[in-house]
Amino acid sequence: MSSKKNTLVKLENAGYSQNNKWLVRGVSLEVEKGKIVTLIGPNGSGKSTTAKIALGIYKKIEGKVEKYTKKVGYVPQKVSIDWTLPLRVNDFMVLTENLKGDAINEALSLTGVEHLKNKNLGNLSGGEFQRVLLARAISKKPELLVLDEPVQGVDFTGEIALYELIKKISDELNCGILLISHDLHTVMSATDHVVCLNGHVCCSGSPIDVAKNMEYKALFGEQASQILSVYEHRHDHVHSNEGEIKKN
Amino acid sequence: MFDDFFIRALIAGIGVALVTGPLGCFVVWRRLSYFGDTLSHSALLGVTIAYSFELNIAVSVFLISSIIALFLIQLQKKTNLPGDALLGLLAHSSLAVGLVVIGFLTFIRFDIMGLLFGDILAVTVKDLTIIWFGGALILLVLKLIWKPLFASTVNYELAEAEGLNPDRAKAIFTILMAAIIAISIKMVGLLLITGMLIIPAAMARNISDNPKKMVLFAIIGGLLSVIIGLFSSLEFNTASGPSIITASLILFILSLLKIKQSIQLKN
Repeated sequence: MSSKKNTLVKLENAGYSQNNKWLVRGVSLEVEKGKIVTLIGPNGSGKSTTAKIALGIYKKIEGKVEKYTKKVGYVPQKVSIDWTLPLRVNDFMVLTENLKGDAINEALSLTGVEHLKNKNLGNLSGGEFQRVLLARAISKKPELLVLDEPVQGVDFTGEIALYELIKKISDELNCGILLISHDLHTVMSATDHVVCLNGHVCCSGSPIDVAKNMEYKALFGEQASQILSVYEHRHDHVHSNEGEIKKN
Repeated sequence: MFDDFFIRALIAGIGVALVTGPLGCFVVWRRLSYFGDTLSHSALLGVTIAYSFELNIAVSVFLISSIIALFLIQLQKKTNLPGDALLGLLAHSSLAVGLVVIGFLTFIRFDIMGLLFGDILAVTVKDLTIIWFGGALILLVLKLIWKPLFASTVNYELAEAEGLNPDRAKAIFTILMAAIIAISIKMVGLLLITGMLIIPAAMARNISDNPKKMVLFAIIGGLLSVIIGLFSSLEFNTASGPSIITASLILFILSLLKIKQSIQLKN
């Protein structure tokens, strides 16, 4: 019963097809409160599709999706803002939820873009826009966060900081996170559960289990599984937001 | 003072402009100007039906435009034709059928020019009631669906994922489009209604940096267009619709100067 209570979204044998072609099929996964589930896999393996199934954007699906929360924050893989729409960062922050000024500022400063508040969305750089997208998703204090490559285009130091922020948010808000990423190295260290996709679930489990799995090695190469050993010894410390390193 | 036709036209025009401002912004943002054309062309059919069965023109136009809109949505789902081809198909065929029906209704004398381009002499006190009550209702509904409609205009998937039900907002917006066409047809004429929707909004885009400002400027632009247009219509004895649209075009051209200015400032 308690596990049911913690479940935010659950996919059972879910699949989606478009133009008679299966984009992804037979996916079962579960995101629980306070847990990070990461989807990995090559291009076209159905990661974003799986996220959209979980979010209920795709409705004509095979299998079953059960969602137990309405407080959802979403960072899509691609958002293009039309020039015909004059939109400042501030307007974008309140797109789906009426937020107070404080909440907007807080979220923007968490992702380091408070100074962009009154800028036009169209004038941001790729990395800046990505930070705004993440700020918007977390500002409404969601129970479920779905992040589709949330740090694409962000500079290297920023990338690590944002992943740490994501981890922190998952702990502080006790929200469940469905994360899609290419960056095995950084992602694996913070994840509770990994689902390796390639049109279907190749393998899934804890990061260590997945890295040892033969299918994973076949998909990402021998090097990818060595990445894990690189990160494993990083487990003995954490980075605070100010860049300070603390021992566990 | 209400029996003065010009005052009536002015009050009607102001009522129309208050509604076309915000709706027009969505037409521009969502790239629906050709959709607006299709609905307004189909309005002619609504008018002829109103005459045939002695119905109220606004009600009949609203019903026919709504049916055409729903029909369009069905066609989009069932055929593989591109959207603009379907819009053209419906726009021209409903206009043609409307004109053919007029040909049959020989017992009624039609003012075709008035229908196509608006006729301020034709605005009655009853029309005023329809415009102001209908307009207030449209604005109220638009306010209610603003959040999901706007969010899905920015990004459909975000709105859907975060539980805003954008499909329902879109369907309601389509009905609102049919409604604004129904209440403004006498004023602007069915060929020019889309102009009344998009030109003030386009003008507003040039001079605003956020959505609320754009809506506000679109309303102001629409009001100015109506007032300038109607006075010149009276002065030069021109049709009301074209006069209003010409006035809005002049405002649009003036707004381009502002763009030029701000570009120079940046350099």
